[in-house]
Amino acid sequence: MTTIGIDLGAKNTKVVILRDGEILTTASVLSGFDQKASADEAVNNALRNVGIARDEIKYITATGAGMDAITFANDTVTEISANARGITAVFPSVRTVIDVGAEEGRVIRLNENGKVVDFGINEKCAAGAGAFTEAMARALEVDLEKMGEMSLKSTKAVPMNAQCTIFAESEVVSLIHQKTPKEDIIRAVHDAIADRITSMARRVGIEKEVALVGGVANNIGFVDSMTRNLGYDLLVPKDPVVPEFIPAYGAALLAQDELNGG
Amino acid sequence: MSTTKYPSERLKSWGKAKTLRENYYRDFAEAHDKGGIRWAGGAWSFDAIPAGLGEDVWCLTGEPYGATVAFNKELALECQEAIETKGFARDLCSYMRNYWGSIILNKYAWPQYSEEFPKPDFMWQDHICCSHAKWYQVASDLEGGIPTFSIDVSVGPYEELTESRLNYIVGQMHDGIKWLEKTTSRDYNDELLIKAVQNEFRTCHYWAAICELNKTIPAPLDEKSMYALYVLGTLRKSSQWTADYYEKELYPEIKDRVKRGIAAVENEQCRIMTDTQPPWAFLKVFRYLEKYGCVSIGSLYTFSLIGLWEDKEDGTWGPRSIPEIEITNRDEALRALAEWNLSKPEWQHFYHPKLKSEMMIRIAREWKLDGVLLHFNRGCEGLSLGIAENRLAIQKAGFPVMPFEGNMGDEREFDLTRTMARIDAFMESLGMKKLVD
Ligand code: SF4
Repeated sequence: MTTIGIDLGAKNTKVVILRDGEILTTASVLSGFDQKASADEAVNNALRNVGIARDEIKYITATGAGMDAITFANDTVTEISANARGITAVFPSVRTVIDVGAEEGRVIRLNENGKVVDFGINEKCAAGAGAFTEAMARALEVDLEKMGEMSLKSTKAVPMNAQCTIFAESEVVSLIHQKTPKEDIIRAVHDAIADRITSMARRVGIEKEVALVGGVANNIGFVDSMTRNLGYDLLVPKDPVVPEFIPAYGAALLAQDELNGG
Repeated sequence: MSTTKYPSERLKSWGKAKTLRENYYRDFAEAHDKGGIRWAGGAWSFDAIPAGLGEDVWCLTGEPYGATVAFNKELALECQEAIETKGFARDLCSYMRNYWGSIILNKYAWPQYSEEFPKPDFMWQDHICCSHAKWYQVASDLEGGIPTFSIDVSVGPYEELTESRLNYIVGQMHDGIKWLEKTTSRDYNDELLIKAVQNEFRTCHYWAAICELNKTIPAPLDEKSMYALYVLGTLRKSSQWTADYYEKELYPEIKDRVKRGIAAVENEQCRIMTDTQPPWAFLKVFRYLEKYGCVSIGSLYTFSLIGLWEDKEDGTWGPRSIPEIEITNRDEALRALAEWNLSKPEWQHFYHPKLKSEMMIRIAREWKLDGVLLHFNRGCEGLSLGIAENRLAIQKAGFPVMPFEGNMGDEREFDLTRTMARIDAFMESLGMKKLVD
């Protein structure tokens, strides 16, 4: 039984192909303006990776901001349910999932059966999400991939209070003018996101173990800020999938569940 | 595939409610043409008292007026910008801002009855929320100075009511009547007062009795429809037309729907309640819920802004019984009116969120709910007071809760797409699937 999970996110479209519970392959493409075309491309790439024909796929479940555009999917689920299913498969002991994607931050609390008992999603601005780090990387003229490493070299905590990505950019510019080292500014950016996400997590209620997923979880500087903020270690998935693939993995598992009778 | 589970039909008395509401705004606009008096005040003001000035006295209550403006997005934005230009802050009560904006623009939300905002002859208000008395103080200033009287009702929760607390309010009511006589140069008629008090008893009792019928599965009424019905009580709870409509038309009709198993949402499979005023410009949220077969059976807000409730012998929450007392004079009428209003559920949580949580949990249990949607309403500090604590208490009682942020009267603070996405996640967490697209 082969199923596909697609997560059509604000920045990337991720696909996971699953056969009898085992991940066969994953694929990711940039989400373009034509969302369905992006989903098609990601699915075709993944199928090509493993030499499977499309008609061998028994069920496709889509999730993510653009899920409704994937008209060839059999079903859609929200990122909340997809994350819950995906993380429970990887870390059954997790009770709180923190998902920081390109434009949204989410906190999901689970019970011992992996059922969602509460959740929170950032309101209004992307100041608590990946788009924020990207905008700041641009303002600092630093490669996004280097942000994590550089922030770990910071020696000083610099406060940053802006409530929105646009205003934060001007705050970064004024820190640059004050000759604040880039390492400290980058740490301030990560701390600011971590502050927002942690306060949302506290509102939802944090229960251990806590997992961090979404693309921003690949940023070691951000993981460090989150760990300092929360005061304990976070579980970051590596195997069988990396953090940004958890919702697509969850969607593929839900597709499999559906075939198994729900 | 048909998803219809229950028969459904339109409310027969719907049109009547619409007409009564329109007449109300027309009568206020045309009061002076008929030689009458018009006054303005809050939906919770003791409107039975000015009723003693005569049968040609019409009022305009501020909250439903503010909601009417909110429903009209263009007018609401105009009102808000006008009041912000005057220097008033954006985080004040949004009904109040809509109302003040209407005065500044001199635009009535019912232009078919009057292009201009009809100026009241006096303001008659009471005070429990921080915004209440200030609302009419500023409105009076904006109108160029209108006599204003406000009764302080903040004497503590009903369960702690004492004779001296009651006397404090009744004393202000007596003073208020003298003030009304002086302000309007009219003699006061105690018979009309007594009649109005008795009407108010019926209004509050029967509205609660109607809401109680929503304990039934399937619910005969959905909250979106209830908004158009409860509003009559907020317009003029002491009027004979409101009391008669609830007692003689709506209540029998809803009872009959229960008897015949008529549902408000024909595919009902999930029951929720909300809290505080909805974002009026976005009532489509309720239609969206229906795609999941989800009915909002009401809220503490819709049930008891006007409806009064009490513990029944079997331990359930039911409509407060109409007092079996004979009212023979002004003091008795005022005393009964004050005591009656002080038991209003929506007044209790101004004293402690615990009191509100208890009532909400009670509704969640007795109305057999699957979950709760809480509107963290930035437009009303009065009713949002303690709502985050209510959320925790309701969750602790075992009911899933979905909060969403917004503003009842200022659409700039509400995000429809994100709210719907949040509803999707909440419905999924309750195990619901969309029944229709
Ligand atoms: S209770 Fe809410 S709507 Fe009423 S005056 Fe206070 S803030 Fe405004």
